[in-house]
Amino acid sequence: MNEYQSGSAPLLGVGGSSGPINSFRGWQYFLIFFVLALGSIYAAPNLFQPDPALEVRAVSSSSMDAGGIKSSVENLRESGEISGVKKIEITDDSVVIRMNDNESQLRAKDAVENRLNAVEQTVVIALARARTTPDWLSSLGGVPMNLGLDLFGGAHFLLQVNMDDYLDGVVNSASEAMRDALIEKRIRFIPGRNWLSDKTISIPFRSEELRDSAIEALTDFSEYSLEEQERGGEFYLVYGLTEDRVAELEDRAIDQNLTSLRNRVNELGVSEPQVQRLGRSRIVVDLPGIQDSARAKEILNKFANLEFRLEALPNSRRSQIESYDYEGIPREILSRNIVTGNNVQDAQQAYDPETGQPQVNIQLDNDGGRRMNAVTKDNVGRSMAILFIEQKPRVRKKNVEGNIVEEFYSVEEKRLISVATIQSALGFNFRITGLDLREAQDLALLLRAGALAAPMYIVEERTVGAQLGDENIRSGWYSVIGGFLCVLLFMVFYYKWFGLAANFALTMNLVLLVSIMSVLGATLTLPGIAGIVLTVGMAVDANVLIFSRIREELKERSPQKAIQAGFDRALLTITDANVTTFFVAIILLSIGSGPVKGFAVTLAVGIVTSMFSSILVTRALVNLIYGNRNLQALTI
Amino acid sequence: MKEFDFDFMSKRQIALGLSLVLLSVSIGSFFVQGMNLGLDFTGGSLVEIGFESEIETELVRDHLVDAGFENGTVQYFGSNRDLLIRVPPTIGQEGAQLSDQIYSSILEGFPGASLRQASFVGPAVGDELAEDGGLALLAALIVVMIYILFRFTKLFSIGAVTALAHDVVIVLGVFSFFQWTFDLTVLAALLAVIGYSLNDTIVVSDRIRENFRRLAKRSALDTVNKSLNQTLGRTLVTSLTTLFVLVSLLIFGGEVIRGFASALTIGVVIGTYSSIYVAASVLLGLGIKREDLLVPETEEVVL
Repeated sequence: MNEYQSGSAPLLGVGGSSGPINSFRGWQYFLIFFVLALGSIYAAPNLFQPDPALEVRAVSSSSMDAGGIKSSVENLRESGEISGVKKIEITDDSVVIRMNDNESQLRAKDAVENRLNAVEQTVVIALARARTTPDWLSSLGGVPMNLGLDLFGGAHFLLQVNMDDYLDGVVNSASEAMRDALIEKRIRFIPGRNWLSDKTISIPFRSEELRDSAIEALTDFSEYSLEEQERGGEFYLVYGLTEDRVAELEDRAIDQNLTSLRNRVNELGVSEPQVQRLGRSRIVVDLPGIQDSARAKEILNKFANLEFRLEALPNSRRSQIESYDYEGIPREILSRNIVTGNNVQDAQQAYDPETGQPQVNIQLDNDGGRRMNAVTKDNVGRSMAILFIEQKPRVRKKNVEGNIVEEFYSVEEKRLISVATIQSALGFNFRITGLDLREAQDLALLLRAGALAAPMYIVEERTVGAQLGDENIRSGWYSVIGGFLCVLLFMVFYYKWFGLAANFALTMNLVLLVSIMSVLGATLTLPGIAGIVLTVGMAVDANVLIFSRIREELKERSPQKAIQAGFDRALLTITDANVTTFFVAIILLSIGSGPVKGFAVTLAVGIVTSMFSSILVTRALVNLIYGNRNLQALTI
Repeated sequence: MKEFDFDFMSKRQIALGLSLVLLSVSIGSFFVQGMNLGLDFTGGSLVEIGFESEIETELVRDHLVDAGFENGTVQYFGSNRDLLIRVPPTIGQEGAQLSDQIYSSILEGFPGASLRQASFVGPAVGDELAEDGGLALLAALIVVMIYILFRFTKLFSIGAVTALAHDVVIVLGVFSFFQWTFDLTVLAALLAVIGYSLNDTIVVSDRIRENFRRLAKRSALDTVNKSLNQTLGRTLVTSLTTLFVLVSLLIFGGEVIRGFASALTIGVVIGTYSSIYVAASVLLGLGIKREDLLVPETEEVVL
């Protein structure tokens, strides 16, 4: 028989002729110990249960600040209106009230709401779970794992931005601007034609000279592609969108939508909302722990704006007049607006001090204020109307080359919410009345948050109630514990001392897995827990392979040599088997969304940690137990 | 430790018969009934509602029909206090609002009912998920095949991939036969089955290769038999520990994870069987010889 030769990586194949067999050097034990200690430290934060808490933050426009909120809360606490408070902390711009239990958390929320938001909204209150990681752990960078929405409760939305509508709008307003520029420079185009078709602008001229001068006049629009055409004796300038331009516009629209969405969700009372772009035209919104997901949905894809317009006079041109019903009476107003919701700097829902009716107080920006002032000072005594424009998302089925596909479209609803006589020149501040409370709150929020650049539609929603989340956590951990204990018992029963070594390695595997997930900031989901359970079951495999091999080798070799040969011969098999599973995990990771991703992450990390623990940790232990001893027999 | 000495390979005709029956039932069921695809792939809305006491599905169904949701399905979910209501994609309104409408309609008829979870998947997203899922499955099989081709030889590669395809088809078949819901988590489980089954197959193949080199005088059939027996202990122990944790998941994991745990449990059982019979039978069927293994020796390990 050939002599067995070691000599792979130094950590794995120590031994041979020079040193003692089955023994690591001191620094090797130390290195393994160091990794395990590090893993334990970074896994530790997960042991500390978070406190139920309230996160109270002042809304941007109110005069309230964190100090004010804190003293109000302390006030409430002294008067006994809220109880069960553990601690009140001030963080960057908000106050975190840690509570003893969930019940007092909910009661405290109502109490704070009644105190601070009774007259007008001054604060946003979010239910949160405040970490209880000890300072020394936090200072080392120790953080607990994030819990996914299926464990924490909350809502996940995938929103599709309707770029088509947006691009149409952009091209449309560009064509208006071109028309204005040509009229201003007195360059005659053929009147009465439709310029727009399929996101291109075609301007017809009677002669080449006119067309050439038009090119001169429209140099401002150089970001559009330009083509000269001649059809039926007419000369056309055709402006179109280049691909770069489309990409740029899409980025801009998404950015504005992201900003507006972030502003909106900040007011929803969610402690750690996430708003992110996904791919070219989608946005993901995660709202952990949100109580009222229906309300969130309403606010998220609401595409609403306001326009302030003058009422039409009898001598106004018919083409510039639109008619809407207001309180049952048709009113004629000009189609041109003075300012729009985009000029609003701040908006607050409040109550009319005289009538007690809800109203919205509005503050305009510089530009808007100046325009409002210029128009109203010449029109005192005339009526001004406020037009509320809302895009309602709809879906329809469409047959495209035999395939039924869904198509998004918007229904635009316009209605007058106020018609009032201009009493004097208006400036930067004024108010809107004539809304019900919910409308006033929503309008204020939407004006504050900014309009969406492009309409959006929810294409996916996953909402999990807090109760189901708690149940999922519980059932997840029960399965981990149940499975883990079964495996531990079996291993000791089947492999005796070697089984104990494997069990220690398995425990360490779990610790390392949790610590790496925590440090990576990975999110733990229920399928993720399933991945951990599966890792526990499969991590044993490496040890089983090694131990079976040792048993076989024992027939031909001395115990010490059998141990060494068993470890070394099993190594390649273990690597082969794990590398392929790792590939599968990576594939899952790259295609998977949400739940699948959670599973893939734990599977991938689990493979790495289980290889480390089952090969090196077990080896170290076995070496400590059996190394440097004169073994006559081996129980395995 | 027990010594195993089963004559696995002499019974490979029986195993072949068994596999063929399982495969044809799976494929037959697949074509006759198809898969019961979950919301992830079909699109639509789904609401889970918890009631304060036990409730008849008929009662809730009638209430929903009265409220104008004619095409919804209502079924128990985990207990007879929990109901799952599923509505196919609708036209003319935004689907995301549907779950709220269903819940508020239920609340009118059954005060105290709580919304446990709500999902909405637009048809386009459903199609994408299905497409991505199919691609992932295919990619996993191809990557595995290339890896084994690189590490072993063509014959082993064919054997391993046959075993994998065998396992995947049968797990799919069981889901189709019993009309269990096939959703994203089950797909993830299916990919994990590929990983697991492969693990098994590689361990067996590794030993077959090693024995072919060491035991030059034995017949191919003997060598394969000996390899299978040598690895049998390990195969059984690993399958057993994995089954422990899977059963734990089935018992404690709750309704949400049930499909995932079922798919893996079936996969592990089938995977264990296939690493013994399918992969090894394919090797013998293709007429593996000692010479086949001597060429692509890439890494000198143990001799």
